[in-house]
Amino acid sequence: MDKILVAVKRVVDHNVRIRVKPDGSGVETDNVRLSMNPFDKHAVEAAVQLAEAGAAREIVAVSIGPRGATDVILTALAMGAHRGLLVEAEEKLETLAVAKLLAAVAAEEKPELILLGKQAVDDDAGHVGQMLAGLLDWPQASFASAIKPAGDRLEVMREVDFGRAEYRLPLPAVVTADLRLNVPRNAALPMVMKARQKPLTIRPAAEFGIDLAPRLRIEIVAAPPARAGGRAVADIAELATIIAEAQAAAEIG
Amino acid sequence: MAVLVLAEHDLGALSPATARVVAAAQALGGPVDVLVTGQNAEAVADQAARLHGVRRVRTADGTAPTAETLVPLLEGLAGEYSHIVAVSAAMGRDAIPRLAARLDLMPVTDIVEILAPDRFRRPIYAGNAIETVRSEQPRQLLTLRASAFPAPRPEPPAEAPVEPVGAPDAAPVAELIATFRTEGARPDLATARIVVGGGVALGSAGAFRLVEQLADLLGAAVGATRAAVDAGYAPNDWQVGQTGKVIAPDLYIAIGISGALQHLAGIQGAKTIVAINTDAEAPLMKIADYRLVGDLFTVVPELIRALGG
Ligand SMILES: Cc1cc2nc3c(=O)[nH]c(=O)nc-3n(C[C@H](O)[C@H](O)[C@H](O)COP(=O)(O)OP(=O)(O)OC[C@H]3O[C@@H](n4cnc5c(N)ncnc54)[C@H](O)[C@@H]3O)c2cc1C
Ligand SMILES: Nc1ncnc2c1ncn2[C@@H]1O[C@H](COP(=O)(O)O)[C@@H](O)[C@H]1O
Repeated sequence: MDKILVAVKRVVDHNVRIRVKPDGSGVETDNVRLSMNPFDKHAVEAAVQLAEAGAAREIVAVSIGPRGATDVILTALAMGAHRGLLVEAEEKLETLAVAKLLAAVAAEEKPELILLGKQAVDDDAGHVGQMLAGLLDWPQASFASAIKPAGDRLEVMREVDFGRAEYRLPLPAVVTADLRLNVPRNAALPMVMKARQKPLTIRPAAEFGIDLAPRLRIEIVAAPPARAGGRAVADIAELATIIAEAQAAAEIG
Repeated sequence: MAVLVLAEHDLGALSPATARVVAAAQALGGPVDVLVTGQNAEAVADQAARLHGVRRVRTADGTAPTAETLVPLLEGLAGEYSHIVAVSAAMGRDAIPRLAARLDLMPVTDIVEILAPDRFRRPIYAGNAIETVRSEQPRQLLTLRASAFPAPRPEPPAEAPVEPVGAPDAAPVAELIATFRTEGARPDLATARIVVGGGVALGSAGAFRLVEQLADLLGAAVGATRAAVDAGYAPNDWQVGQTGKVIAPDLYIAIGISGALQHLAGIQGAKTIVAINTDAEAPLMKIADYRLVGDLFTVVPELIRALGG
């Protein structure tokens, strides 16, 4: 492969316990730690491993978001991507708009493979990879837990409801990464320093001439009902009684 | 206009999740058709035809199990429907966003509540927030979380007509070369009424058998944390949580599970939670209805004996 495109999103760090804004307008994202979407780290790692194995020449990391999202491009560059592109958009974009922008980038860059995460852990959508494949009319393999080049094709293991299923895809293709795809490296400090020297282009989203207007209206964002805590059980005998009663109730319905 | 539900099936059996989604789809306002694709579509169609509230079942037998073949078929049918609905599981998650992009629509996925035919609730941030979404688009593409909707009441079987649809010739695409199936006759995890879950504390695939033994004694499905799956103690399709399956059983028994927010995302709908952990301060112990502080390697075998196993 000549080129791999990897899409990386900046999201609220997965360890942050988020707070819903009291006015119901969304989730508090000011002054919280932001970082690369965990799944996207696996996507970058997969690309870097393919390049290290000689199966790919260049990796381009692309993010769509505000200026601050260059942080996650730098992370990708530190992990081993060669070049970065920020499509700058201040406003929050829907997944369809993101997929259209990525399709426009793909039309210019002409990669043989596009790697994405299977879902962004902020909106938990899980859309963009499949949408992008649809817009480009390319084959897709979502929820990948292994990727192996096979001649001019790619063999991808997918995690599905009954276990796993292996597919062979012609290129170009879109693959979305699951967490068991690999173990993402932590970029060592020299790599982080080097990343700043790598080319990083910033282009305004408006330049692509795509209608980015939202299609959905988020009426309100609310906290889920809290679970009331329970009680300690004295011993195993009591626990067995509780379980047997709950089991009987479940059977009756 | 009408509603099309995409049937999900495996080994010739319609999934219990599909039955729930067909029942939930009645709230979308139109008559409900069910589309059955893939291997054994004819046999599965008969099962779908017996569900209540189905106007007709449409079949495309033998279509390849990839989004690239399913989506052109759905594109051809879309004009007849106001809503196209799938179970929020591997097939629907794979196909619905692709279909949406082809039709230039924004899908609404992982719905946990239908407020109106164009208003839905869905969780975000691992279930730590719930958004209410309104879609004024001409057509709604949806995935529904089966665990959030009740199973249909048992009724004498209905008898909807079954009609084949012509599948379009799809371009050459991904080919399925192998499947690796988790064997077992346990209930479907996503819709099970009792689930026993095990964490990385089990320490080995052999020891994870303890979790399975308790599950079998109770007629339960087995769940696992990501850490337990990553460690190779349990297969990937047992993972429960933000990025695994979402469950809402009447009873969830969590053994050696800390309760990371990504795991809690998958169990918020459980009616009663029982937790067994050496650490009384573990997050799951704090939200459990019943908690027992103890070493699972002594507690679980004794519990199995006390329950008559
Ligand atoms: C993007 C992302 C997505 C994720 N998605 C998921 C997901 O879908 N599902 C999921 O489960 N996780 C998910 N995780 C992982 C999650 O963050 C936790 O790491 C994981 O759930 C922890 O699993 P655990 O409870 O088995 O292990 P631990 O957190 O290590 O907990 C083990 C528990 O066992 C207890 N224990 C130890 N020994 C014993 C004993 N002898 N007897 C009784 N108790 C004992 C300990 O006190 C501890 O509470 C995700 C993480 C990320 C970053
Ligand atoms: N704003 C974005 N910029 C770059 N990549 C994105 C963006 N949003 C989503 N993606 C990619 O698409 C994947 C799935 O995201 P989503 O469909 O939003 O859950 C993510 O894991 C990223 O790889």
